[in-house]
Amino acid sequence: MAVLVYTENWDGKFKKLSYELISYATKLAETLNTSVVALSIGNVDEAELRALGQYGASKVLAAKDGRLGSLENKAFASVIAQAAEKEQATVVVFAHNFTGKAVAPRVAVRLKAGLAAGVAGLPQSTDPFIVPKKAFNGSSFANLKINTPIRVLTLFQNSFGILEKPAEPTIESFEPTLNDSDFATSVKDVNKVTGKILLTDAEIVVSAGRGMKSPENWAPLEQLAETIGAALACSRPVSDEGWRPHEEHVGQTGKVIAPNLYFAVGISGAIQHVAGVSSSKFIVAINKDKDAPIFDTAAYGVIGDAMQVLPALTAAFKEFKASN
Amino acid sequence: MKILVCISNVPDTTTKIRFKDNNSVFDTTGVQWIINPWDELALTRALELKETSGGAIEKVTVATVGLTGAEPTIRKALAIGADDAFRVDSDPVDAYFTAAQLAEVVKKEGYDLVFCGIESSDYNGGAVGGMLSEILGFASISSVSAVNYENGAFTFLREIDGGKETLSGNLPLVAIVQKGIAINPRIPNMRGIMNARSKPLVVIPAASTDNQTQYVNYELPPAKAKCKMVDAENMTELVHLLHTEAKVI
Amino acid sequence: MDFQFTEEQIMIQQAARDYAQRELIKDVIERDEKAIFPTHHIKALAELGFMGMLVDPKYDGGGMDTVSYVLAMEEISKIDSSCAVVMSVNNSLVCYGIEKYGSEAQKEKYLRPLARGEKIGAFLLSEPEAGSDATHQRTTAEDKGDHYLLNGTKNWITNAASGSVYIVIAQTYPEKKHKGINALIVDKDTPGISLGPHENKMGMRSSDTHSVMFTDVKVPKENRIGDDGFGFSFAMKTLEGGRIGIASQALGIASGALERSIQYSKERKAFGTEICNHQAIAFKLSDMATRIECARLLCLKSAWMKDNGQPYGIMSAMAKQYASEVAMWVTTEAVQIHGGYGYVREYHVERLMREAKLTQIYEGTSEVQKIVISRYLIKD
Repeated sequence: MAVLVYTENWDGKFKKLSYELISYATKLAETLNTSVVALSIGNVDEAELRALGQYGASKVLAAKDGRLGSLENKAFASVIAQAAEKEQATVVVFAHNFTGKAVAPRVAVRLKAGLAAGVAGLPQSTDPFIVPKKAFNGSSFANLKINTPIRVLTLFQNSFGILEKPAEPTIESFEPTLNDSDFATSVKDVNKVTGKILLTDAEIVVSAGRGMKSPENWAPLEQLAETIGAALACSRPVSDEGWRPHEEHVGQTGKVIAPNLYFAVGISGAIQHVAGVSSSKFIVAINKDKDAPIFDTAAYGVIGDAMQVLPALTAAFKEFKASN
Repeated sequence: MKILVCISNVPDTTTKIRFKDNNSVFDTTGVQWIINPWDELALTRALELKETSGGAIEKVTVATVGLTGAEPTIRKALAIGADDAFRVDSDPVDAYFTAAQLAEVVKKEGYDLVFCGIESSDYNGGAVGGMLSEILGFASISSVSAVNYENGAFTFLREIDGGKETLSGNLPLVAIVQKGIAINPRIPNMRGIMNARSKPLVVIPAASTDNQTQYVNYELPPAKAKCKMVDAENMTELVHLLHTEAKVI
Repeated sequence: MDFQFTEEQIMIQQAARDYAQRELIKDVIERDEKAIFPTHHIKALAELGFMGMLVDPKYDGGGMDTVSYVLAMEEISKIDSSCAVVMSVNNSLVCYGIEKYGSEAQKEKYLRPLARGEKIGAFLLSEPEAGSDATHQRTTAEDKGDHYLLNGTKNWITNAASGSVYIVIAQTYPEKKHKGINALIVDKDTPGISLGPHENKMGMRSSDTHSVMFTDVKVPKENRIGDDGFGFSFAMKTLEGGRIGIASQALGIASGALERSIQYSKERKAFGTEICNHQAIAFKLSDMATRIECARLLCLKSAWMKDNGQPYGIMSAMAKQYASEVAMWVTTEAVQIHGGYGYVREYHVERLMREAKLTQIYEGTSEVQKIVISRYLIKD
């Protein structure tokens, strides 16, 4: 028995997200009276692997196969399912991110396991196994009962948090069987922005809507984001108009994010937008229309013209940073 | 070559979500049903690919798992331009059930490329495409934001953390598509609307599968506290609140 | 009785709504302000089949019923009445007139491109000294054996510049009065046709309206619609159907204003609550909605009667007269609900109010409609 966690790495490094998954699995394993095994695929050095023990992993499997350099859903699913079988895992935990969403359903089929996607917390019961998950675009939670002996979960980011529980993990090399037919896709070209904070990782997000009037007015947003180490995002009309790239669109049909702090600037707060950001811990709304619905969702509100408020806010943050 | 687009019938995105029977059942009273927005974009792109493929893509089929109530949604897909449709006559019990039913359609008809929307806007599972590919043993590419067909081969643009990758893939393949795949869903024209009823819509019985998961009940999120207003002239105060009260900076 | 729309009718309504809410909305204010004709929108609407939606598919039309037409007109008019009027004139006056009363050759030559929306039609009835009163036509179509010679001036012609197929109502035998009138299909590029300046209108400014002058314009005999002297009947019968289009347009203007008012009143706060919670506003909304529903039923009933081959002249006159009055009243209330915002362009309702006014005037003023209705009532 075990709880298996797939810990994705980014250029050989783990992220807070990985530690959150281990923390969650550790808590779950306590209830199930079992232990946590982490599975890493790709080149990660031993110190980094060992760090997973800090959050409760008692064993780390490291699969290193030259062919697993980029995500191949079929092959990754095979590796993870083989690890689950080897460890006799009863729960397999993924992040509800690009990779998790791509691979978890395939793993579930391989293990004949029921899947809960977008899990928002620990199970309310483990026998029967019932977990809360997000549904209807963040407007509600659904409690999902999984009937199968093995369960696959994808955990929504920032829905559990990080808990330290130091353990000394054993590190084990894992060599799964892979066939050529597991590799049916190949990456021809990669276009990656470096040095920028990723929207899905960001703890603070500065997001703007059509209220900015023109794509030329983004400079004060960029300055604010840079000052506080935030990622930039936008509402749907802004990406539809081509003012900003699609990747920045947050909302029901764009990205769903859950940062600690979300600035909604010149965003009226349509239901479809709120669906993508309602899990943020705190929302600050800046809007010149005092009746904008975004104020109903926000924790803090500022009524005013973004072009005046933003520079003042950036200045206030700079002052705060200087004195702290 | 044939493309299958899997569509699901979901509540209109502006629907106010309510539950009944002690929060155990989604209340469908007054709900407008639509094609899942990502599926509609996938269909739009599939049709564009067919139209510009010079005959290489012969057919675009849509398939859904649903009861008769889903038929208007299927006919809308036919009106938009799908050539034919399958409806598996059952409530879509869960993602695995749905994927298993769609797999039967793919096995029977033999599609080269299958499009699935990245998730449905109701239960947000996002699992059907991945499960379908695994059941069939097909390759899959997810988070696809563009598909092109040139010189007899498909290329896919996949969104990854902080960037994009261009991929090629061996057919048959399941592409799980997201925003960007098409700009706007295609609006059906009169001819399409008129012809929708005369296009084949084949109803097939559901194959039996295990019932892996079920929804027990629902909870609405707790009501938000009232928004605290800060004077636009006093941004120092806002920073102070974020530091001392919210403790997020 | 069956108040259920068919799946096709609902799809057409959605298609019109999607196009209007997604595309027309983008530049409607600018086109109105600068009086720019919606060329690209008309092309897109034509590709969707809206320009000849009532025409039999064998003449390249959409083959839809009049109920669908009402639904589509309402959705387009919620956003942009200028596009709606181009659609209305093309569908219910020009296409309908040629399809119903034209010869096979006329249908082949003129109806097909009109139904496909490749050409736009105009209906030339009003004159400087005779509005929609077709009995006193000063424009003459002199019988010259193999052709007619057209002379005179037509006023307030929608699609005069954008259109290329005219249906002109003119007097051939003045002594026979209205029984001497003919309806002729005229290619706009025929020598002798000139346009007056673009009319600088109060509303529907994105549609083009001009006077059209005819000086010794030769029109081949085969371009006459129907028998010699059929022109007056032709005009009256065609206008009966045209009224459904304008009534639906007025309905759309009103329901568009209501949608905006509901949304605004749910967001805007005054005295500590959203203004929709104030009875003064709430009662306005309920009155608006009730009158709109009455207008909608009149429009749909006229359409249903037309689709079922029943005489619908009185019903379409009632629909046109009532819906246009409702549009004027509702839009005025909508501006009031919006307060100061209602008086500026960005909020759309002032434009809807300007548009509403025209629906009481063109294709037969409200007063003319009342004459029509009362004549039906008192005739033996």
